Amino acid sequence: MKIAAVVRQVPDLIEPVEIAGSEKTVDLDGATFRVNEADDLALEQAILLKEKLGGSAVTVVALDFGDIDNTLYAAAAKGADRIIKIPYDQQQPPAPKHAAAIYAEAIRGLEADLVLVGSYAHDELESTLAPLLAGKLDLPFVGVVRGVRPSADGSSATVFKEFPGAAVAKMNVKLPALLGILSADEPLRYVPVSRIRAAMKTAKIEEQEAPVPAPASAATIERLHHPAAGAGAEILKGSVEEVAAKIVSIFREKGVCK
Amino acid sequence: MSAPDILVVAETNRGKVADMSLEMLGAARQLAAGTGGKVIAVLLSADGSTYAEALSAADRIVLINDPLLAGFSPQPYVAALESVVKTEGPRAVLIGSTSIGLDIGPLLGAKLDVPVINGCRAVSVEGGTLKVTAGFYGGKLLADVAIAAAPVILLVAPGAFRPTQQKGAAQVETKGSPVPLAAGPVTFEEMILPDATDVDITQQDVLVAVGRGIQQQDNMEVAEELAQSLGGALAASRPIVDQKWLPMTRQVGKSGMIVKPKCFIALGISGAPEHVEGMKDSGLIIAVNTDPNAPIFDVAHYGVVADLMDVAPALTDAIKGG
Repeated sequence: MKIAAVVRQVPDLIEPVEIAGSEKTVDLDGATFRVNEADDLALEQAILLKEKLGGSAVTVVALDFGDIDNTLYAAAAKGADRIIKIPYDQQQPPAPKHAAAIYAEAIRGLEADLVLVGSYAHDELESTLAPLLAGKLDLPFVGVVRGVRPSADGSSATVFKEFPGAAVAKMNVKLPALLGILSADEPLRYVPVSRIRAAMKTAKIEEQEAPVPAPASAATIERLHHPAAGAGAEILKGSVEEVAAKIVSIFREKGVCK
Repeated sequence: MSAPDILVVAETNRGKVADMSLEMLGAARQLAAGTGGKVIAVLLSADGSTYAEALSAADRIVLINDPLLAGFSPQPYVAALESVVKTEGPRAVLIGSTSIGLDIGPLLGAKLDVPVINGCRAVSVEGGTLKVTAGFYGGKLLADVAIAAAPVILLVAPGAFRPTQQKGAAQVETKGSPVPLAAGPVTFEEMILPDATDVDITQQDVLVAVGRGIQQQDNMEVAEELAQSLGGALAASRPIVDQKWLPMTRQVGKSGMIVKPKCFIALGISGAPEHVEGMKDSGLIIAVNTDPNAPIFDVAHYGVVADLMDVAPALTDAIKGG
């Protein structure tokens, strides 16, 4: 089975999100990037399927944005067979609509049976990549997927789509298809730094040009701003013991404990 | 020129109209007041007749009945909706940021070549322009967006709007799919419900919920001890369930459980909107996080900016010692 996985870099939310002076874009100059969590899970699912099915290969496709190389070497260390990096020199990531057009150019020729993309990225404001990419590739789509079981002959897959209340819909998808991945069958694997370093020496990152469409949107961002931080919470201060005592006092007052 | 109407794509969940749909009707009434249009609720199902009354905040309730709409599958849903939107020509289409909505919103937007705005939390009409405040970056950033195009698809954040008490004309129209539907390459097989043998976190008075800040599975013990000291149960945000450290039945949030315990203690949970939706109505919310800007502090009643690994054991000791 040929499997393609898209990985994107997003600003690490552990760091503060800075707004540019124009108040219309995020200031990414000093941002620390990390792999988009759902894409990481999509890659994990791809590697799991490769290991389970045998005779399969995983191709990772990424845009050269947000210090992507370390993420690509980590993908190689996890077991990705081929890595394609698409040159991209813009300051801001492409909106999902444009990203879909870019990725579609690179993925179309792979003739993948399964294309796995994270169900979301936290920096997406206008639509989401996975369903738009499915449309560009003219592939069936299911998103919010937390498990994939291809059929023995590889013509279809049973997918498990998450619903509220811990319910899961079992669905059948004819392949080839594109799935929006929310969670993988197994937790993310730990990859030792030594293996990533080894991959840096041996893995080949192929650069593949894809036309980058000019940004255009029917929606105009008038202003970006931060929600009022901590507006609802009274912050308890003091030593850990003092804070614990205050919380117990609140518990007693509210009848949570005696 | 599109009509000033606002179309709400309603959903059902386990035999009743989803809360999200009632919240969207509240948002739609706000918008319709600004556009001067009507609120149209559209429900796709095999037979929507039993749901019409719950959608009475709408002026028109359009029930599209077709056997292929009995279980969710993106293609027939989008095909039917595309036709409805083209016929009605609304100013805006409101779709929930739900498992179904996150599939059909972008697909429908692409079919119609119209903008789709994620995470909508506030809506208004100013000088004839539709304006939206949308959350992204895990709830750490808000964008005020103006949309001239019509229609626009708004993916509405769960919990952002209150269900409206206002009643619409509630004129019910029942019809078959406006276009012939085909099963397509994706078929719904069955809905698998959660394991009923696990603790039902929706019934607990006290929940101690852990998030990514717990860092290691071994550290779950301190949260478990705190929960036990209060006679409560352990719950979690998505990353913990993704790590398989707790089952899905313990996940709090939009796609997990909606909980309203007497006391909810959030340990190392940042407060992404998807999680907050599941716990914001708890009686007492105490959050512990090292990030003073974590969105969880916006919904918490009391906050502690510290490492949960320091606070949780101290709190357990204080409870036991008291």
